Amino acid sequence: MTAAPSPDEDGGAEPPDLPGFRTWRGVYLFVFGWFLLVVLLLTAFTVIFA
Amino acid sequence: MNAADWAVLLGTLMGIAGYGVWRTRHVRSLSTYLRGDAAIGWGTIGLSVMATQASAITFLSIPGQGFESGIGFVQNYFGLPLALIIVCAVFLPMYRRLNVFTAYQFLGQRFDEKTRLLGAGLFLVQRGLAAGVTIYAPAIIISTVLGWRLDLVVVFTGLLVLMYTVSGGSEAVALTHRWQVAVIWAGMATAVIVLLLRLPADLGLTGATHVAGALGKLRAVDFSLDPSRRYTVWTGVFGGLFLSLSYFGTDQSQVQRYIAGPSLRNSRLGLMFNAVLKIPMQFVILVLGAFLFVFYQFVPPPVFFNQAEWRRHAQDGRFRAIEAEYAGAVAQSQSAIRGWLEARVSDDAAREASARAAMVTANDRAHAIRAEAKSALAAVDPRAKTKDSDYVFITFILTQLPHGAVGLLLAVMFSAALSSTASELAALGTTTTIDVWRHLRPLATTDEMRNVRVARRFTLLWGAVAVGFALFAGFAENLIEAVNILGSIFYGVVLGLFLVAFFLRWVGGTAVFLAAAAAEALVIVMYFSLSIGYLWYNLIGCAACIGLSLALQAILPSRAPVAGSGRT
Repeated sequence: MTAAPSPDEDGGAEPPDLPGFRTWRGVYLFVFGWFLLVVLLLTAFTVIFA
Repeated sequence: MNAADWAVLLGTLMGIAGYGVWRTRHVRSLSTYLRGDAAIGWGTIGLSVMATQASAITFLSIPGQGFESGIGFVQNYFGLPLALIIVCAVFLPMYRRLNVFTAYQFLGQRFDEKTRLLGAGLFLVQRGLAAGVTIYAPAIIISTVLGWRLDLVVVFTGLLVLMYTVSGGSEAVALTHRWQVAVIWAGMATAVIVLLLRLPADLGLTGATHVAGALGKLRAVDFSLDPSRRYTVWTGVFGGLFLSLSYFGTDQSQVQRYIAGPSLRNSRLGLMFNAVLKIPMQFVILVLGAFLFVFYQFVPPPVFFNQAEWRRHAQDGRFRAIEAEYAGAVAQSQSAIRGWLEARVSDDAAREASARAAMVTANDRAHAIRAEAKSALAAVDPRAKTKDSDYVFITFILTQLPHGAVGLLLAVMFSAALSSTASELAALGTTTTIDVWRHLRPLATTDEMRNVRVARRFTLLWGAVAVGFALFAGFAENLIEAVNILGSIFYGVVLGLFLVAFFLRWVGGTAVFLAAAAAEALVIVMYFSLSIGYLWYNLIGCAACIGLSLALQAILPSRAPVAGSGRT
């Protein structure tokens, strides 16, 4: 067997190359924030229409 | 269907399949055949992941779900973005770094060959049967409503998908996915536009939204902690996270989609594309279903949407009486809705509350008659198919859309069936070639052309298995649920294997192999001796695999790690 290599070893070497994002952590935070916003909007939708 | 519908349907399907064959006619490299074009963009990866997940049943059943139970089902997808972030951060870099063709090769490199074969074997059994259902499930609905022969629909779908999947492999799958998703989006947008135009002019989009909301179809989120509630934010976030992690992280039909491409960046962006779009997309499809519900408040619907099944059993006067009673209830409900819409703008709160109560009561009565119709069907024939929500959207398509658009929407259903089946067959062929055949024929590893030929043959073989299973499935009851149960029995243990591999670095191959075998046996014994919801077996299998791995590793003598010896 061989120990699992750390995913960060090469993950950080390749930047996202997206406007406004310098690291993948920033991209993940954006997606997580988007998810929270969607849940918030769906909650508002439920309150308004249901 | 008229000639225009046939032209659109066959032109779209044959055109996309032909494009896939033509574009990949020069594929000779094993890497291109199994992983796809090395220069593939992140957009294509994203669309390919999306097309793999969305099967035809997504577009047939989910609008019916919105029609019947409202849009709360959207919560089931809440765990998906979180799972995709974990896959991007943990799973994907490892797969790319080890340059694997399959997820199970990683198990071989991390643990040993027996654990790799166990993971691959569990995948082949589960996904091999699921591929048959992916073809069968839409075929049974489409053949029922159009009066086509089921076996011909199944064989046509199977031959079409095999045409480009066998010839062009993973590259053809990714290329055709782009166009299939374009057809799906264009078709669904057409259906939404026609539906909105068909709503009564005095109702409008706002009125329809208020009616759907007042009749309980727009409750998107539910923060209740009541365990008896089927869809809540909590089941969606935690259950959805778990299921999505299993599916996107360890199922080769998805892994094969995103390990393609020139860089880790492209793969990650493809997955993040899905993390951002999936919930809004499912929301739109569910809202379409909720608006279909409003539409059928104003256009009298059949009391039972699977009209073929209804005509087969509903022969005597009792059923005619139910139909007449339902028509009356729908008319009453429509009148009550109009009364409530007027009361809403009257600034008289008491009148509005009274009108709303009358509307809800009238709607409940219509709903109760539908339930009575289903009970009557079951009383005549206990084996009658009494679930008709899958037939709501297809009924709307065939009765309300103009010619040409009907062909386009049928092309949507077939494109979705082809796209998910193609990914499944490519993954099954790849796993059988890389993890099983090359394991048995290690000396053949260097002969690239022979590997491609073998991969083609295994893809063809799995296609034949899937079509054969879909043809046989017509004779079995509750087969779709049976395959879902089978998936839940295996999925948890496979996820457990991967989680141990990624996060418990001191656990070795023998411990995890024995733990996985014991966990699988435990799940099977529990399944036959307990009566709990089958989705729980995902969690039980995973937890048992992890827990037993830790316990066994503590007992077994430790071995010094050896440098990467896994065969690829």
